[in-house]
Amino acid sequence: MSQEMELGLYVFVLATFLGIEVIRRVSPLLHTPLMSLTNAISAITIVGSILVAGEQKSTLSTVLGTLAVTCSMINIVGGYLITYRMLRMFRKSGKGKP
Amino acid sequence: MIDRVIPLLYLASAVSFILALKWLSAVPTARRGVTVGAAGMALAVAGTLLKPEIVSYRWIAAAFVAGTAIGVPMAMMPMTAVPQRTALSHAFGALAAALVGTAEYYLRAPAIDRFTMGALCLEVLLGFLTFTASLMAFGKLQEVLPTRPITYRNQNVLNLSLLCSAVAAGAYLVLRPEASWLFPVFGALALAFGVLLIIPIGGADMPTVISLLNSYAGLSAAAMGFVLDNKLLIIAGALDGSSGLILSVIMCRAMNRSFTNVLFGAFGQVQPSAEAAGRTARSAAPRRRRPGGSSRRPAA
Repeated sequence: MSQEMELGLYVFVLATFLGIEVIRRVSPLLHTPLMSLTNAISAITIVGSILVAGEQKSTLSTVLGTLAVTCSMINIVGGYLITYRMLRMFRKSGKGKP
Repeated sequence: MIDRVIPLLYLASAVSFILALKWLSAVPTARRGVTVGAAGMALAVAGTLLKPEIVSYRWIAAAFVAGTAIGVPMAMMPMTAVPQRTALSHAFGALAAALVGTAEYYLRAPAIDRFTMGALCLEVLLGFLTFTASLMAFGKLQEVLPTRPITYRNQNVLNLSLLCSAVAAGAYLVLRPEASWLFPVFGALALAFGVLLIIPIGGADMPTVISLLNSYAGLSAAAMGFVLDNKLLIIAGALDGSSGLILSVIMCRAMNRSFTNVLFGAFGQVQPSAEAAGRTARSAAPRRRRPGGSSRRPAA
């Protein structure tokens, strides 16, 4: 295992713990919006998709990469828009709150 | 110069995602959380587009337009349909991960070290599995498919053996990456397992399952990070993986359901019909309550 991979594993494990700690005290009201936001964040696959589509190393990889960029773009747009709409609805109905 | 800027953009993006999750878990800061999350994604995309490896932007631009054109109408579904829309949305995210994994395999195939190949197999397995499982979850919530849990004889045996054969195919590929005939088989096994995984789960448990599938999609992204040696993918994927998992545990607790029950569906308990009937009856209730409950409570 190279040093890069070892570092990657450290980053992975630490980020996993961070994810748990950050979410732990979530308000029950926000379960669905939070689900939607984690969904939007999983669209980070667009980074890999862009690389594969843009490097144009072979026809197959370009086609697959382009498809992947389309798919992750759907995920990004869908994920953030729906979270945003959900929270907007929230504020309207919660106007009485300080 | 650009080489120095990109890692900083990625770092800022990773910090944004962490803040987004943190802020979205409290009501007063929730909206800020979404904005910061979207900014993080924009930074990630910008950083990637600046990379010198990218030789052509034509297809990327076309894919951006196509993705937006499909994604926007999808997000405009009625608010009561949020869980299934989320399912549909990350079906696409997971598919993207699997497609990237497939492309990487065919690009690098024989000359790939074991660690990378292991990560690649994990990425493709989780990606394809999450893709079909999310589509099934969407179908069940949209009532395109029957919502009640479907169980049949030897279900566990079938599911487990399918999973085992997929894992075995993956392991063989790790040992012998040149066996390219096996790769499509591996993908097909993962796709089939995704379908079977959701069949025994009832409609009411679906939001929890969707959150869990989210976590799988995140892990798939993290595995992609190992394949491409990209720390941002690893961080965002791991954040997503763990927060999705914890969120589904929390949601289970809020709905008074046992997590292992949801996780394995009717797995491991092909039980007397009394229990099955109880599950179905329970299934109808929380589903109506959830979307309404979350919007009504702040008014009180």
